[in-house]
Amino acid sequence: MGSISFANALGIHPLALKLRDRRTELLASNLANVDTPHYKARDIDFRKVLKGVTDPDPALGLSLTHPAHIDIDHIPKEPPTLYRIPAQPSMDGNTVESEQEHVRFGENALQYEASLNFVGSDFAGLKTAIKGE
Amino acid sequence: MPSFKIFDIASSGMAAQTVRLNLVASNLANAETVSSSINNTYRSRQPVFAAQLKDALGQRVDKGQADEAVGVEVLGVVESQTPMRVEYVPSHPLANKDGYIFRPNVNPIEELTNMMSASRSYQDNTEVVNTAKQLMLQTLRMGQA
Repeated sequence: MGSISFANALGIHPLALKLRDRRTELLASNLANVDTPHYKARDIDFRKVLKGVTDPDPALGLSLTHPAHIDIDHIPKEPPTLYRIPAQPSMDGNTVESEQEHVRFGENALQYEASLNFVGSDFAGLKTAIKGE
Repeated sequence: MPSFKIFDIASSGMAAQTVRLNLVASNLANAETVSSSINNTYRSRQPVFAAQLKDALGQRVDKGQADEAVGVEVLGVVESQTPMRVEYVPSHPLANKDGYIFRPNVNPIEELTNMMSASRSYQDNTEVVNTAKQLMLQTLRMGQA
């Protein structure tokens, strides 16, 4: 019988939380720099990063041939940040579109909450399992 | 948990917008301060914003290599170089010997637009702070209840 490991019990959600957190920072930075000349809005492609974690590119993956090998695919890497392509670039070179950033920020906050709930309920499940009630 | 960095970012944005709002107030308040020479006339003041680029050790760096999520800093305040408004009013007590007075190069419409933009941006940043705070509190409460 296998033991309960946090990594198995919580699945992808802690990583998702971390990504959402990073994204919150980036979006806050975009909103703060809405009037900074030459500032370029940035964001993370959440779906792409998550896909890279769930099915890593087999061409790049390392095969584990020994039980002591550590699976590097499960070590979260710093997600790559991309530049936003503005619909209407402003004259001073700033590419922040505040309405867009607002929507993304709200969306991201909601998704963060969702991930938080998932992790929370996973913990609740673990608790029940441990108590054996 | 959302890091505390987000508060630094939002507060730097709020600070920058406050500087801008102060300058707007100063410009509008002095819009009608007449003087008798160009050099003594009030000039419209504008802030210069820049992204706070810092490396991992907190040192300022030049573009390109810094952490992506950054705050705003006010590099300085510049005086507008647009020409003064010159008026011929010989009866004015401050008129110079040729009968001219000089009015500041403050453009009230520009200033009002700046004011609205600054207050909107300030609000955006307060909203960011509020949301981040709520998320943090929820994260702290995770697993309870």
